[in-house]
Amino acid sequence: MAPLLEIKDLHAEIAGGRKIINGMNLTINPGEVHAIMGPNGAGKSTLSYVLSGKPGYEITGGEVIFRGVNLLDLSPDERAAHGLFLCFQYPLEIPGVSNMAFLHTAVNSQRKKRGEVELTSPELVRKVRELGKTLGIDADMLKRPVNVGFSGGEKKRNETLQMMLLEPYFCVLDEADSGLDIDALKVVSNGVNALRSPERSMLVITHYQRLLDYIVPDVVHVFNAGRIVHTGGKELALELEATGYAQYQSEAA
Amino acid sequence: MAAPAPALVRPMKTGAELALAETFAAVRASLPGGPDVAAQRTAAFDTFADAGLPHRRVESWKYTDLRALMRDAKPLAPLPDADAKAKAVAAGSLFSTLGFRRLVVVNGTFVPELSDLADLEPGLTIASMADALADPTGLPASYLGRTVASSDAVLALNTALMGDGVVVHVAAGAAVTRPVELVFVTTAETPVAAFTRSLVVVEDGARLSLVESHEGPAGIAYQVNTALELVVGAGATFERVKVTTEGSDAVHLATMLAKVAADASFSNTFFTTGGAVVRNQLLLHLAGESVKAHMGGVSLLAGKQHADTMLSVDHAAPAGESRESFRAVLDGASQDIFQGKIAVRQAAQKTDARMLSRALLLTETAESCNKPELEIFADDVQCGHGCTTGTLDQQIKFYLMARGIPAKEAEALLIQAFVGEVIDAIGEEGIRTALAEATRAWLLGRE
Repeated sequence: MAPLLEIKDLHAEIAGGRKIINGMNLTINPGEVHAIMGPNGAGKSTLSYVLSGKPGYEITGGEVIFRGVNLLDLSPDERAAHGLFLCFQYPLEIPGVSNMAFLHTAVNSQRKKRGEVELTSPELVRKVRELGKTLGIDADMLKRPVNVGFSGGEKKRNETLQMMLLEPYFCVLDEADSGLDIDALKVVSNGVNALRSPERSMLVITHYQRLLDYIVPDVVHVFNAGRIVHTGGKELALELEATGYAQYQSEAA
Repeated sequence: MAAPAPALVRPMKTGAELALAETFAAVRASLPGGPDVAAQRTAAFDTFADAGLPHRRVESWKYTDLRALMRDAKPLAPLPDADAKAKAVAAGSLFSTLGFRRLVVVNGTFVPELSDLADLEPGLTIASMADALADPTGLPASYLGRTVASSDAVLALNTALMGDGVVVHVAAGAAVTRPVELVFVTTAETPVAAFTRSLVVVEDGARLSLVESHEGPAGIAYQVNTALELVVGAGATFERVKVTTEGSDAVHLATMLAKVAADASFSNTFFTTGGAVVRNQLLLHLAGESVKAHMGGVSLLAGKQHADTMLSVDHAAPAGESRESFRAVLDGASQDIFQGKIAVRQAAQKTDARMLSRALLLTETAESCNKPELEIFADDVQCGHGCTTGTLDQQIKFYLMARGIPAKEAEALLIQAFVGEVIDAIGEEGIRTALAEATRAWLLGRE
């Protein structure tokens, strides 16, 4: 079985020359959920931005092979159309653009890029409403401008809706639990778990073990100083909760 | 011994000013109107001759130096021939499917056979300005030059040389539900000038929605000086949208003078994408109590286009409410100017006036100038102004791209949202849709 995603000796710097990703290697097979845990400042969020193509980072080495292509050669929208989805830690507010129009444009931009038939408005609205129901997203939230005036929980539910609608092959969840209370965490986790399938993989980035009670990973990695310093099973998350990251920080140093 | 008095009349200097004087001398006898109108023209030309073309030391023209931007004055456009009329049939296409009542002015002359004058609603009267000027008891005799006082040189030039235009009257209490569209089109293949003047009177309790569009050929350096005088009666409702899509080399100078009576509602929106130099000046006089006035504007500019919007809102009576909301999207090395003056007279207590202009710069060479001016003599008022100039939010753009939306489409979505606020405030749904589509077309045509 070919891996879904292979990160090979990846090096990246922030504009200005500070090294953030420092020789990272990671292989994820189809259907697997990997968690990346690590202390603040380890470069976890940067990893999510480098994978999704955010401007402001320079790739100084390595490659990221995703479904047969080097992701690093693609623009952010092409990466998305190829099946990558980044669930933002802090989803942005877009005044003046209605949620429904945004979803419609996103879905059809991707379909167009892949040479698929675009969805009509009624088709899309029906699909969005069905998915919205499972996440507690009502018609009003779909009419409102994207994320404007949404609570932290509503924003994350909105991210989950986008993920469910876009049906990516690979989801990067960047601190998906930040800003969530327990109830919202359950709703979002249920949405994410519903997406688990033999073809789809996920990378869950988090500081805390708590999220991993809800989204149970197959593999847990400890990330520090821009690379993976330790890998284990899902029980590693519990160990980290007890011991903290100190031992891995010295290991990296 | 007294020194000789300084010359009060500034001698004509520039080539354009001299040419305008020659034109006026040559055509004054043949321009429409009786002796009273002729006297009005002479006085107006004197006003122009005293001031000359506006330049940077004239405060309200600070950023639009017409002496520099209008090097010469073009000859007056001839009466439209069959060929010109044929070309004008397709004009005003932005709204052509909406079933508005089209009144067409070609090269400065009202053309009845291209206009829809059939089945006028009760209370609606339409005439050509040239005909109306010739009637000593007509509407122009009562209102023209008497709506809002102004010594603006460009308006004075319009009064001196006004040839034709449209006169619209809505009788008291008449609600005209079908919008009226004034289509101004230049079809000339050589540079010409047109001076059009229109008058709209909406009597007490009446209702009118007016669209005005101005267009012409690309690559021809024609000049348009157009003016509209408006009287809105007590409790009446008036909405106007002015669309300027003039040709690439055109100079378009437009003045609106509006006088609004008590409890009336006034709305005006500018939508500008075309013309080398575009000036929209609006002088609004809120003469009666509790008027609601809304002014909006969208400028979408590229290349070396220069657009200047100058508003002067005069709150002369209590409890008036005015809102100004302007957006400029600037590509290339274009320039947008917004000057907004709000005056609140002592009698105008409880005035609530707000002004906001925002510019979005798509390049490092585009430029936006903002000049708010508040002049308040009453003590119990709310007045506010704000202006912003910025670039597209790169974080939001990345968010959109991360969802699969290509860069250009992401920018288009954000820019449409930016101008959408102004377009969405327009009452007529068909106009909103047409302008949203025009915005999208402009965005997709960007290089």
